[in-house]
Amino acid sequence: MSNAVEINGLKKTFDGTNYVLKGIDLKISRGEIATIIGFSGTGKSVLLKHLLGLYKPTEGSIHIFGDDIRNIPEEELSRFRCRFGVLFQDAALFDDMSTLENVMFPIDEYRKDLTKTQRRELAASKLDQVGLGSEHFNKLPSEVSGGMRKRVGLARAIALDPDIILYDEPTTGLDPIMTEMVDDLILSTHRSRSGITSIVITHDLHAAFRLGDKIAMLDKGKVLLEGTAQTFYDTDIELVRKFVDKGVRKT
Amino acid sequence: MNHKWENFIQSWGHRIIAIGSYFLFVKNSIQWMFRPPYRHIEFFKHMEFIGNKSVFIICLTAFFTGMVLSFQIYLGFHLINADNLVGPTVGLGIFRELGPVLTGLIVSARAGGAMAARLGTMRVTEQIDALDVMGINPRQYLVSPRILAATLATPMLTAIFDFVAMFGSYLLSIYVLGLDEAIFIDKVNQMIDPAHINEGLFKAMVFGFLFGTVCTFQGYNTKGGARGVGEATNAGVVISMVSIIVSDFFLTKLIRIYMGWTA
Repeated sequence: MSNAVEINGLKKTFDGTNYVLKGIDLKISRGEIATIIGFSGTGKSVLLKHLLGLYKPTEGSIHIFGDDIRNIPEEELSRFRCRFGVLFQDAALFDDMSTLENVMFPIDEYRKDLTKTQRRELAASKLDQVGLGSEHFNKLPSEVSGGMRKRVGLARAIALDPDIILYDEPTTGLDPIMTEMVDDLILSTHRSRSGITSIVITHDLHAAFRLGDKIAMLDKGKVLLEGTAQTFYDTDIELVRKFVDKGVRKT
Repeated sequence: MNHKWENFIQSWGHRIIAIGSYFLFVKNSIQWMFRPPYRHIEFFKHMEFIGNKSVFIICLTAFFTGMVLSFQIYLGFHLINADNLVGPTVGLGIFRELGPVLTGLIVSARAGGAMAARLGTMRVTEQIDALDVMGINPRQYLVSPRILAATLATPMLTAIFDFVAMFGSYLLSIYVLGLDEAIFIDKVNQMIDPAHINEGLFKAMVFGFLFGTVCTFQGYNTKGGARGVGEATNAGVVISMVSIIVSDFFLTKLIRIYMGWTA
């Protein structure tokens, strides 16, 4: 299986002295779900922003489908980012647009080959795919629940059929039922198209074990452990054991 | 002592970096105005917000400014029997100074504050990041149309301010102070030159550009949560207002001495 993402020796400092990432090595294969877990402040979100090309590595390299993103010129980065769909922590919906307009936004921008009606139908089908009916299409993000906002955010993330979907703490702040629903949604979205790669950044160990073909735990800017759920249950690393014990007890 | 110097140098270092970032931001935003895809729908939306929605408050302020200025000038000029010069004196003050400056201040408080708050909120709720990862340049989509709209809408609003203020002055002078209508109009025509109006409109364009760039810069670079948005909005409005007043002095000098537009 070829690699969708290959990170080698990634280091990042913002002030020249304190390193947030201290040499990350990680490979994520095409078509798999990788979950990245870790305590707060371990550099998970910084890693995500590197994958999107929003941050430049201080040292090391990131290859996305074989392309070193350091070599992609600034003006081509925009096009490159279209290969990603991102579900942000709070969905990051445009609050002056309805749910349908939010999903139509990237379609309007990149699918100029379609007529307005076709673009609308495509957006409606993406909302339908995440379980939102037409009765919600004209609602503003402030008028729908947190779970629905995540669904709209996911519909927008998959609007352009991306190769990689990034989920930034998708279940933070949701109740257990809603959390389960979002996890199911991630699985069904992943299975809806072959070859799609999903990267989930989460605190939720239950979700990480349930979703992840591969799980990586970050600590102090490094990958502490990488493997399947079983690897995490079997490990002797004390910090991981603590994280797993607390996470399992909580769930 | 060393510690004090360190703090002093650090604080000035931050200020210099902020000024440098502002100029880079402005340069990039101007560059993005001229690159496709052109965001004309966004531009017209912001023209409507900055321009149309400010018309009422501009008219209200202008009307009373024109009247109060006429009254004050009348009180002074009446002492030296120069009542006939009230109209042109008010006109010169309005067209060259008060029109552009008051319009700039009002619009920067109303629309500039709203721009900074809107962009700040978009920043802290990751909406700007969302644009970025969709491959849409946020500066081109959010910043450039706002700056262009502010630069073009402010002189248009100033023209409205000038007209309404002169109308207020006319009403007060003729119907309350009892000045002669024909003399009022004749003196205004005689002493006010189109160059005086142009001077004001040019200044207004600069003021629009100033508050447009300052407020978008503050909003775009918001850090933190709700507090950050408040701070960005506050900084945007305060810096815009101060820079309008300070730049007005230099613009007046520039126009009168170097460009030779008005006598």
